[in-house]
Amino acid sequence: MEKVARLARLALSDEETVKYQDQLSSILHYIGQLDEVDTKNVPPTAQVTGAANVLADDEIKNERQGELPVDVPVHDGTNIRVRGVFDG
Amino acid sequence: MVDAATTSPYLGDAPKPADSAAARQALDKGSLKDVPVAAKDIMVTADGRKSTAASKMLERYESPYDATVVRKVLDAGAKVVGKTNLDEFAMGASTENSALGKTVNPWDPARVPGGSSGGSAAAVAERSVPVALGTDTGGSVRQPAAFCGVVGMKPTYGRVSRYGLIAMASSLDQAGTLTTTVADAATVLGVIAGPDPLDATSVDREVPDYRKALTGDVKGLKIGLPKEYAELLAIHRDEDDEDEVWNAVKATWKTLADAGAEFVDVSLPHTKYAVSVYYLVMPAEASSNLARYDGIRYGHSVERDTGWQGSLEDVYFQSRTQGFGPEVKRRIMLGTYALSAGYYDAYYKKAMQVRTLVTRDFEKAFKEVDLILTPTTPTTAFKQDEKTDDPLAMYLADIFTVPASLAGLPAISVPAGFDKGNLPIGLQLIGKHWGEETVLRAAHAYEQAHDWHAKKPPAAKELPR
Repeated sequence: MEKVARLARLALSDEETVKYQDQLSSILHYIGQLDEVDTKNVPPTAQVTGAANVLADDEIKNERQGELPVDVPVHDGTNIRVRGVFDG
Repeated sequence: MVDAATTSPYLGDAPKPADSAAARQALDKGSLKDVPVAAKDIMVTADGRKSTAASKMLERYESPYDATVVRKVLDAGAKVVGKTNLDEFAMGASTENSALGKTVNPWDPARVPGGSSGGSAAAVAERSVPVALGTDTGGSVRQPAAFCGVVGMKPTYGRVSRYGLIAMASSLDQAGTLTTTVADAATVLGVIAGPDPLDATSVDREVPDYRKALTGDVKGLKIGLPKEYAELLAIHRDEDDEDEVWNAVKATWKTLADAGAEFVDVSLPHTKYAVSVYYLVMPAEASSNLARYDGIRYGHSVERDTGWQGSLEDVYFQSRTQGFGPEVKRRIMLGTYALSAGYYDAYYKKAMQVRTLVTRDFEKAFKEVDLILTPTTPTTAFKQDEKTDDPLAMYLADIFTVPASLAGLPAISVPAGFDKGNLPIGLQLIGKHWGEETVLRAAHAYEQAHDWHAKKPPAAKELPR
């Protein structure tokens, strides 16, 4: 549970860890019914339309390119400010 | 921003009463000119309103652009008059997971409106708007439509652009309509359908005049009744109800058979696995889609919103932990687990394979029939808080709507009567890929034989229909 929360970039309290562990166990137990289905040689379905290689011209059509969205949390007016990756 | 004590279908201001007679006239002519429309708040709008997905994460988010569905109804002359409540990021079946407000069922305020498009369904049911837009990933238009006694249409995956719908599960998400009649659903679908260069999964295929499909004639139409739905209903129905949902199925069957439809028993043997498949595929896709909320570019930021100082990694952890509600965290973790090294084959790949089998069941059945008739939900609207502590029970509320979603098929929920507690019952008609016209034709013919859709809840506003 701690590992999954860490991979998902979520910080859980001890109490939450226990609660989610119980709930996810019960969901995974139910999902375990899939084991009884024979899927040998069955291809996986990732999408249903069958569309492939849908391409668009590489053109910028957005007139507001370069503007900062209104909701950027930390910025200097032009650029988004981000903390250093290697030190805080 | 929003009073958490509200019970309104809307986030933010409810629309002012409009000239509903004029809107009715326009709709009856197949036009959206000056028709008030409410949009589920998972659709981004550039009208100065917030676009929140009912999440603390996006509580103050303002979009610089309109979702394509919103743009299309605006271009058709409609007015977007409000944003409706939903389960946070469309994750839920009761609208109780909203972080920004509570919405009750207009038929009984002690009960949920369904979800995740619960606000849109309740808004149409209470007649504060004649049309609302919703999104349906596993039943999120059809299930609340059933609980609120309105018409909910989910088109074929790829029929309507997903551009500007805040993403949950991209291989399943599809925009749909909530209306009081099937004819209105046909009108609105005709406006929002069609390819969009901004959504590479929207399909370039001509949009028919859906209203022309509403002939009232179902003679010779072959409709399948899958026996597996009856078996599942027997397991998942309310213990104290008296087969009311199944009786509604039988009554619908009779109505359509009297009108000349032919009924055929069909089998969809993998139906019982659909919820399991869905609750692996959807969280897996959602965990990827929601990875974008990192506190840096937009959304809740622990740095800005709490003045907190720390490392970059802590910005991610704390912004996400504070911004997401419990159900969103649950699904992100479930999806992360299903995709993680060592579990991918056992869970995610297995689910995608069984998804193929669910789809093949439908392909086989549709060689014999034109439509499939099922209940929309195993029960009528449940009570507030009844399932909030039991995520699995909440997931099983989607048991009849999820299969069509996995296969990307069009499906509609239409009002089909009331239980003894005066709560609406909904029935689902599922069509072939791109078979919206047949779905609408049969639903419309059924609607002509009853007045269920015209019944208004006690909380209804004084508007026509």
